[in-house]
Amino acid sequence: MNHYQERVCLQGHIIDSLVLAKVLDLILMMGGTFDLEDVHIGKTREEPSHARIRIQTASRTLLDDILKAIQPHGASIEREADCCTDRAPADGVLPDDFYATTHLPTQIRLNGRWLDVGRIEMDLAIVVHEAGSVAQAVPMSEVRRGDQIVIGREGVRVIPLQRPRERDVFGFMESQVSAERPHAHIIADVATRMRQMKERHRERQSDSHVLLAGGPAIIHAGGREALTWLIEQGFIHILFCGNALAAHDMEADLFGTSLGYGLTAGRAVPHGHEHHLRTINRIRAIGGIEAAVTSGMIKQGIMAACVRQGVPVVMSGTIRDDGPLPGVITDSVLAQRAMRALIPGVGLALLVASTLHSVATGNLLPATVPTVCVDVNPSVPTKLADRGSFQAVGLVMDAASFLSELARLLGKST
Amino acid sequence: MSRLLVCPPDFFGIEYEINPWMRRTNRVDHGRAVRQWHELMRVLGKDVGVVLEHMTPIPGLPDLVFTANAGIVVGRTAVVSRFRYPERQPEEAHFEEWFRGQGYDVITVEQELYFEGAGDLLGFSEYWFGGYRQRSDIRVFPILSERFHREIIPLDLVDSRFYHLDTCLCSLSGGELLYFPAAFDRYGQAAIAERIPDKLRLAVPEDEALQFACNAVCVGKHVVLPTGCPTTQAWLHMRGYETHQVQLDEFMKSGGSAKCLTLAVD
Repeated sequence: MNHYQERVCLQGHIIDSLVLAKVLDLILMMGGTFDLEDVHIGKTREEPSHARIRIQTASRTLLDDILKAIQPHGASIEREADCCTDRAPADGVLPDDFYATTHLPTQIRLNGRWLDVGRIEMDLAIVVHEAGSVAQAVPMSEVRRGDQIVIGREGVRVIPLQRPRERDVFGFMESQVSAERPHAHIIADVATRMRQMKERHRERQSDSHVLLAGGPAIIHAGGREALTWLIEQGFIHILFCGNALAAHDMEADLFGTSLGYGLTAGRAVPHGHEHHLRTINRIRAIGGIEAAVTSGMIKQGIMAACVRQGVPVVMSGTIRDDGPLPGVITDSVLAQRAMRALIPGVGLALLVASTLHSVATGNLLPATVPTVCVDVNPSVPTKLADRGSFQAVGLVMDAASFLSELARLLGKST
Repeated sequence: MSRLLVCPPDFFGIEYEINPWMRRTNRVDHGRAVRQWHELMRVLGKDVGVVLEHMTPIPGLPDLVFTANAGIVVGRTAVVSRFRYPERQPEEAHFEEWFRGQGYDVITVEQELYFEGAGDLLGFSEYWFGGYRQRSDIRVFPILSERFHREIIPLDLVDSRFYHLDTCLCSLSGGELLYFPAAFDRYGQAAIAERIPDKLRLAVPEDEALQFACNAVCVGKHVVLPTGCPTTQAWLHMRGYETHQVQLDEFMKSGGSAKCLTLAVD
């Protein structure tokens, strides 16, 4: 990613003299890239021309080197102003004209230098710490009175996403949602990414975590076995879900049903609707999911695999939850915070069969994280895109089919 | 009749080193320098027939003799130079004083923009070439271009021996050009070639470029140039110019020759 950029202006008789050509050649030869944002060519020989060039580089040093090299040819850095900040008036309250973030890489200008905004996420504010040396996206609820918050738009710039090197489905970075699109190549691309991520994760590289946010339809539809296998094989490193996915997963282990339906027989079992309540009750009695797995009470399934693999699970509660299971976070602000804490390091996100968890997770993800949203209902990926997660690739299909195909491509024998 | 500003070499010498030609150990034979300068004046005044305007030499300013760097004169307007090296900056006030004394409208460029006058800005009636990087700042050209409604094509000077444009490029009254291509990068060479057809352009051979063949004064069909430049001379004759050779090797010790010693003020 070319994260460092600067705009320069060049003016005078820069066309016939080939000064513009030379400056652009210099930028490329030194390893930078550029966008010619604005070129005005003089209509007569006397009339000067001017060009505005956005230079992008992969490192600050390279950018400085390029600026130094092109400066003698008249390229002057465009006059830009520092961003403005104001103090938060109270805990949880932002200054009135706070800058609201997008989920794209963002920089703010402070003391004449552009600074990356850490932990970027959509719909947050930007707080400046430590005498202007650190900038970070901050949710409204986390703001403390007196925090320096960026206000207005001056001195803030959002960096458009570069096309990734990989020429796969994520390279298009657009969420076309259609039930009629073929699925196979998308799932194949997801599998390829997951294989790479597993390798990177083993080598402890950055942004190598695969996050799955899922709903209980994974269990109902028959995707439990495939997801369990994916977790056990080390392909998934973080799980976001609600009370239901965990409850039905363990219900299946204890009773062989999911919401009362026999998973193998495929029909309602007498008093089966009570199974998930009895499951929740047993887990509450033993103290929690981890205790249930380590004691041997829960033997198989998604939650068991997470406990055994050390995969962190954030369970966020909703108003309709039964129980809930121990570990479900019922304060939505706290749940959001717990999810947010696990986002840094995520390199791929799978949002499967859950409107609520998919949109919530989408809101937390930077645009730079390749994301795939799988749901039988086209309105879910559409909703995700409408709420700004334009990078998400939508896949209209059943969760079980998706997970089974994914597992098959990654080596699970059927 | 053409007028040239000159400054007698009373205090000329090498007192500092600000270009690759200057060596303090390479002492100037002052008597010889004075004789060479007077010979140049004789050629310009008598043979070429220009009017010579004399500046008063100042002790401690050895390079004041190189009046090409006083600034540029366009009609009744003079732009005073802003020297890159502190050693020559005290000259600015004297040049400015002379221009004001002669009734020119005097313009100065911004403090931080270096501009070394006709040494770095020369050309034809419709457009000029501007040498930059060694001494003048490229950013000064758009300002002058706007002020004088003249196209200025910047040329990057890439060889420090040719530190001013007038050491490696000379525009002639008939539209021809003498230049030393290797003093420019490929962009500059292409820009020059784009403007001036082959037959009007002499790529001066290196040995003559190092004699400062391009540091010539052209007035009408007369060209005054340093000695030791036979190829250049022959080409000028072929183009119908009358040439006048002057021995100026004492001034070459300082990196200057005929053109550097004059400034066209009309």
